[in-house]
Amino acid sequence: MDKLSHEEKRAFMTGNEAVAWAAVAAGAEIMNGYPITPQNEIMHYWTRLAPKFNKKFLQTEDELSAGFTTIGGVLGGKKAFSATAGPGTTLFQEPLSMAEMMRIPMVLVVQQRGGPSTATVIYSQQEVNLVTFGGNGEGWRIVYSTSSHQELYDYTIKAFDAAWKYRFPAIILGDGYQAKMRESLLMYNPEERGILLVQPEVFVGKPGLPGRDRPADHLRNAFSVEEELFEAAMNIQQEYDKMAAEIVEADEQQIDDAKVVIIAHGVVSRAAVAAMNRLRAKGHKVGYFRPITLRPFPEKQLQAVAEKCSNFLLVESALGQLARLFKEALFNVPIKSFQTIYKPGVGITAEEIVEHIESHG
Amino acid sequence: MVERLAMPKSWRLDSKPHKFCPGCGHGMVLKVLGEVIDELAIQEKLIFGVDIGCSLLAWDFFDVDTVQTHHGRTNPVMVGIKRARPELLCIAYMGDGGAYAIGSQHLVNVAFRNEKIMAIVVNNCNYGMTGGQMSPTTLPGQKTETSPYGRDAKETGSPTLGPEMVAAIASPGAYVARGSVTNLKQLKKFMKKAVENQLAGNGFSFLEVISCCPTNWRTNAKQTWAFMEEEMGRYFKTGELLTAEKDEGHS
Ligand SMILES: Cc1ncc(C[n+]2csc(CCOP(=O)(O)OP(=O)(O)O)c2C)c(N)n1
Ligand code: SF4
Repeated sequence: MDKLSHEEKRAFMTGNEAVAWAAVAAGAEIMNGYPITPQNEIMHYWTRLAPKFNKKFLQTEDELSAGFTTIGGVLGGKKAFSATAGPGTTLFQEPLSMAEMMRIPMVLVVQQRGGPSTATVIYSQQEVNLVTFGGNGEGWRIVYSTSSHQELYDYTIKAFDAAWKYRFPAIILGDGYQAKMRESLLMYNPEERGILLVQPEVFVGKPGLPGRDRPADHLRNAFSVEEELFEAAMNIQQEYDKMAAEIVEADEQQIDDAKVVIIAHGVVSRAAVAAMNRLRAKGHKVGYFRPITLRPFPEKQLQAVAEKCSNFLLVESALGQLARLFKEALFNVPIKSFQTIYKPGVGITAEEIVEHIESHG
Repeated sequence: MVERLAMPKSWRLDSKPHKFCPGCGHGMVLKVLGEVIDELAIQEKLIFGVDIGCSLLAWDFFDVDTVQTHHGRTNPVMVGIKRARPELLCIAYMGDGGAYAIGSQHLVNVAFRNEKIMAIVVNNCNYGMTGGQMSPTTLPGQKTETSPYGRDAKETGSPTLGPEMVAAIASPGAYVARGSVTNLKQLKKFMKKAVENQLAGNGFSFLEVISCCPTNWRTNAKQTWAFMEEEMGRYFKTGELLTAEKDEGHS
């Protein structure tokens, strides 16, 4: 047995447990990881599920090895993933950059903790820079920022599919609150919902004698001259752009008559929605916009919002990491006002947002 | 058209002549490996992983599925493939810098876990690809670009004894040896036994090869040979340090 047998099941569990179940539902076969809070329980649940569902696990010597052995599993033709946080996300940039260059569909779950350095093991949104544009490259990754356990489940499944369909590394970006909190969600077997899972393919070790029955696979990431790299890079960028149009996702509410739009991502967007609803109940015309894919970023969607209302309040548990993506998306687009609530490593409540808008307008 | 002549069958003709410098040891090691691939008929199930270093030049060397990885990361990539597909044979190919400096944590842990892969370390006493800097195996007193007055063991430690280290921590079933391009017959014997050890699924197979980098050593053929045989030979002893048979005797 290596699949979920149940059709649908309502469950009340932590986000880390939801991720482990979702990986099983997505058809993942291998997890390799290195302990770090707050993602540990993904490994704990995976190793408990492993014998029952015929899954493999390796606890590696560090995150470099977790990343590179995961890449090895993918090259062998298996859906493989890892999970990490904080300083581990730093180390993961090296395997991620190899995956970007060689188009290796590795999947990584990042449960953000405080930063920089060791900071806290609890919560933050400070790994946005790293997951979107970390590494010595061009940000050729897919990043889904989730805001609930249901989304952790849904987007873990989606991440495997997008990675294998488009051959880019995919990241599910959660945080310590989502990882550790218990919440209810609906677990399902995607295939029984009619979602056709993308099947993995073998990169190396196909049948047949190389050189006689088939050409040998020679996979490289190093090039001899500038022009060779230029051509490879432009090809990858082109395919990334093509994919972007198909996978980019955002959520927005009450934009049409809004006088101010709250911008947030991940778990903070829940506070944003709650604040919007409370303010609306008091007669304030407030809307909300949330990028779900941080890479590729929903630029057009945001620009369309700015055409209707460009008084923004951007809220994040970091010092302007989402704001950087936001500003780039609105480069050369005139906006009326831009206010922020930045709380690095600290949660943000609906009350704070309500109070800010009521006092600043 | 390149003549096949004395070339192993598993060599890929299109990528010959190869890209290593004239007189480089890499070519000799890969010739021996090619012969072993042919003789053991493993071309079809072999995955060859090459490190960043001059090893990367071998990315299209064989008609064998090959993955170029990152500096020091070839062992974990091969581990990942082997664990995903245990029926395949995985050989990680790297320099002494990749194995003993930047990838040393991987080597140590691969040995501890007795991963069923094989690692070949081409020891040329320096960082060849980056222009001849000091490496973990640079000999005491040896001049390199970053030890211009000679390596001072008091400041920078003594040369890494890779096979001795791996043998000290390896588990039963591991195969550990050091050969040299100055003795190709012995090297081939070790290479074959190392591959057979993985074929049998016994455990980690580790082979260091005393090799040369005439370009960065700035040596002619005679001096190159003498440095390997005398200077390196004095420090790095060739032979088998651990074999499956020897383990049986112990257990
Ligand atoms: C992370 C990282 N650091 C540094 C380098 C630069 N670099 C490329 S090859 C190399 C050294 C190669 O030496 P060695 O592993 O001994 O192999 P050789 O070239 O001598 O065969 C270095 C340091 C790199 N590619 N990646
Ligand atoms: S630099 Fe040295 S190790 Fe590299 S190919 Fe040339 S001779 Fe060989």
